[in-house]
Amino acid sequence: MSASGRRLLAGWGGRPASSAEVVCPATTGEAAAVVARAADEQGPVLARGLGRSYGDAASSAGGTVLDLTGLDQVLGFDESSGLLRAEAGISVEGLLRFSVPRGFFVPVTPGTRQVTLGGAIAADVHGKNHHLDGSLGAWVRSIRLATPAGERLLAPAGEGAGFWATVGGMGLTGVVLDATLELVPIETSYMLVDTERGADLDECMSLMSERDEEYRYSVAWIDCLKGGSGLGRGVLTRANHAGLADLRAAAPRRAGAPLSFSPRQVARVPVTPPFRLPSALAVTAFNEVWFRKAPRRRTGELQSLGAYFHPLDGVGSWNRLYGPAGFTQYQFVVPFGAEAVVREVVEALGARGVPSLLAVLKRFGAADPAPLSFPAPGWTLALDLPLSVPGLGELLDGFDELVASHGGRVYFAKDGRLRPELVSEMYPRLEDWRRACDDLDPARVFQSDLSRRLHLRKA
Amino acid sequence: MIDATGMPQSAVLLGGTSEIGLEVLGALASRRLERVVLAGRDPAALGPAGERLERAGVREIHLVSCDVGRSDDLERLLGEAETALGSVDLLVVATGLLGTAELDRLTPAVVQEMFAANASGPAAATAGFAQRMASQGYGRIVVLSSVAGLRVRRANFVYGAGKAALDGFALGLADALAGTGVGVTIVRPGFVRTRMTAGMKPAPLSSEPADVARAVLGALEADRGVVYVPPALGPAFLLLRLLPRSVFRRLPG
Ligand SMILES: Cc1cc2nc3c(=O)[nH]c(=O)nc-3n(C[C@H](O)[C@H](O)[C@H](O)COP(=O)(O)OP(=O)(O)OC[C@H]3O[C@@H](n4cnc5c(N)ncnc54)[C@H](O)[C@@H]3O)c2cc1C
Ligand SMILES: NC(=O)c1ccc[n+]([C@@H]2O[C@H](COP(=O)([O-])OP(=O)(O)OC[C@H]3O[C@@H](n4cnc5c(N)ncnc54)[C@H](OP(=O)(O)O)[C@@H]3O)[C@@H](O)[C@H]2O)c1
Repeated sequence: MSASGRRLLAGWGGRPASSAEVVCPATTGEAAAVVARAADEQGPVLARGLGRSYGDAASSAGGTVLDLTGLDQVLGFDESSGLLRAEAGISVEGLLRFSVPRGFFVPVTPGTRQVTLGGAIAADVHGKNHHLDGSLGAWVRSIRLATPAGERLLAPAGEGAGFWATVGGMGLTGVVLDATLELVPIETSYMLVDTERGADLDECMSLMSERDEEYRYSVAWIDCLKGGSGLGRGVLTRANHAGLADLRAAAPRRAGAPLSFSPRQVARVPVTPPFRLPSALAVTAFNEVWFRKAPRRRTGELQSLGAYFHPLDGVGSWNRLYGPAGFTQYQFVVPFGAEAVVREVVEALGARGVPSLLAVLKRFGAADPAPLSFPAPGWTLALDLPLSVPGLGELLDGFDELVASHGGRVYFAKDGRLRPELVSEMYPRLEDWRRACDDLDPARVFQSDLSRRLHLRKA
Repeated sequence: MIDATGMPQSAVLLGGTSEIGLEVLGALASRRLERVVLAGRDPAALGPAGERLERAGVREIHLVSCDVGRSDDLERLLGEAETALGSVDLLVVATGLLGTAELDRLTPAVVQEMFAANASGPAAATAGFAQRMASQGYGRIVVLSSVAGLRVRRANFVYGAGKAALDGFALGLADALAGTGVGVTIVRPGFVRTRMTAGMKPAPLSSEPADVARAVLGALEADRGVVYVPPALGPAFLLLRLLPRSVFRRLPG
């Protein structure tokens, strides 16, 4: 076991922070041993990946946190079926470095490569392809889970309750040691991207509704500071994997190495400045430039995987720009038919002048069977919001009520401030999940600051 | 737990009948506060204080009798608070005694009682809770200091000296807690209209308990270590502290 000790932990948003005993197992056996001893330990136990959840999901104050990023080995790969087995601490970047040169892509990737397989399963992450491909859980074939009573091999088929409680279960059923995932075949490491501008929110939404099915990947970036007739204007970028023939036609010189993959970080924010940068003025200016520079319409543009899927990864530790007060991401989904909720939220943010640099709009497809999984058919909007904005908490509380009353929900992986009373309304199958979770961990050894704040493990 | 916007779910109010303290907890109840311990030396007065918080929406209220001048009371409070609340997210330190500054009345007992209420008592309690919070891995301590402690004046020098001690203690404690997940917010109000100041002529820039509560919530949201109420007192006292003693002594009030 390498380094261990008391450390202050926070999510990607920087707040809240709490301290815990962090242990860094070097093998899955060591991780399982820590879990086996967990019942005798004082305090809760929790797995942590790369800490890319925004709030308190990967912290456990006063407890033992297993940092699994040392467990990053690929354990097996079958080219004919595309099935890959890997340790839970491998990052999506690590998976891609292994699989892309072999002609395979991860079935679902979040907006950053810097998440672990375990963290991605625990949040049942979604990507730009949710409308067609669902969330990650649909592609996981098996999970090896460490619980205080020993190891369990979980699969979606048959009874499946433990598997689906672990998918989207925010680390509260146990520690994922490794998992088997189905990868999707690709011919090149390039995307064919169509870009379109939507003059306002309605136009963005109708453009997405009309032709989303023609694209495997689809997302829109929305400007939340533009009021008036341009309210909710945005840029849609939709794409499919480029085939070998596409690459030969578009960039014959690159066709020699169609599966090259070498993502780079071009810059890094070295320290947290003592103040926050994204002021309303700066964000307004940024949004204007970014909207203007997008073409009204452009089709068939060739982009690398990294440029299309993970543009933010080009700048390391960009979260530090929000300064010591930190930031949060508010992500919700509302069913189709409740478009007015999205509009109302965008309007309220614009009216208050809350500087949201990144607002991402997406259409979700069918949900998977996991009771705590976030995605459900409808519209999802994700907003990065600086916590230094006075009264932000009350504003978001208002959004919660609106979202819940329309049958929507917020995403635990992004949350740091939801009102606990709303959880069972937003996640109506919470009790099913609690039962399955208690079956795997009857002593409720696994707790996070998120689960304690939202009373997830007890009513 | 404390959420990303700095809002706690459980709290202990030291000085359980303090008007300012109750106003702060009432405001927190409209956000995330669910469970509270009110610690005070007058059991009869704690009841109505609890009812007030119940009306404000606090779900669980525990009353603990405690004189901050007695260390056995403080030890018992630490234990009872943990039993009642599980973990203590927030401690609000609001004991205080304006007492007297008239030389004739400053018997050893009076001075000791004032320092117990303003300095040694709250410091002892704060240290005890700080230890527990550090081991639970998170927490927030709000200390009601006062501008009276920034430059001690003849008119209330015993009170002011006590506040000066507490303020310095809290600043040092905040540094000692760095990296533990426990934060300290020092609140420095000027004249606040409460029973403590009843019958006195309001000083310039006076405020209401609700103003203090708003300022405390704002400081928790922004994770600030020091807050003046009203904010203008910050720069004002920066200047007052620089005045030569001969001039300062002659200022009115
Ligand atoms: C820039 C950015 C873009 C993002 N875009 C998206 C997106 O498009 N779609 C999306 O769905 N999410 C997105 N996210 C959120 C992110 O995908 C999730 O929060 C993910 O869980 C982070 O993985 P991690 O390894 O950092 O996990 P952590 O943040 O370390 O942990 C998250 C949760 O997983 C649990 N966990 C971690 N490892 C294990 C394990 N081995 N066993 C059991 N439980 C475990 C933890 O206990 C915790 O509850 C984004 C985040 C960022 C910062
Ligand atoms: N009001 C102002 O102008 C002003 C300005 C700056 C700072 N402050 C500070 O703000 C805090 C709250 O004041 P407030 O205005 O709300 O006045 P308050 O209502 O009089 O509150 C003071 C509290 O301290 C309690 N107390 C005093 N001695 C105690 C002891 N030995 N043991 C236990 N409790 C004791 C009092 O309880 P009993 O009822 O039992 O006495 C009372 O609950 C104080 O620290 C005060 O110094 C006030």
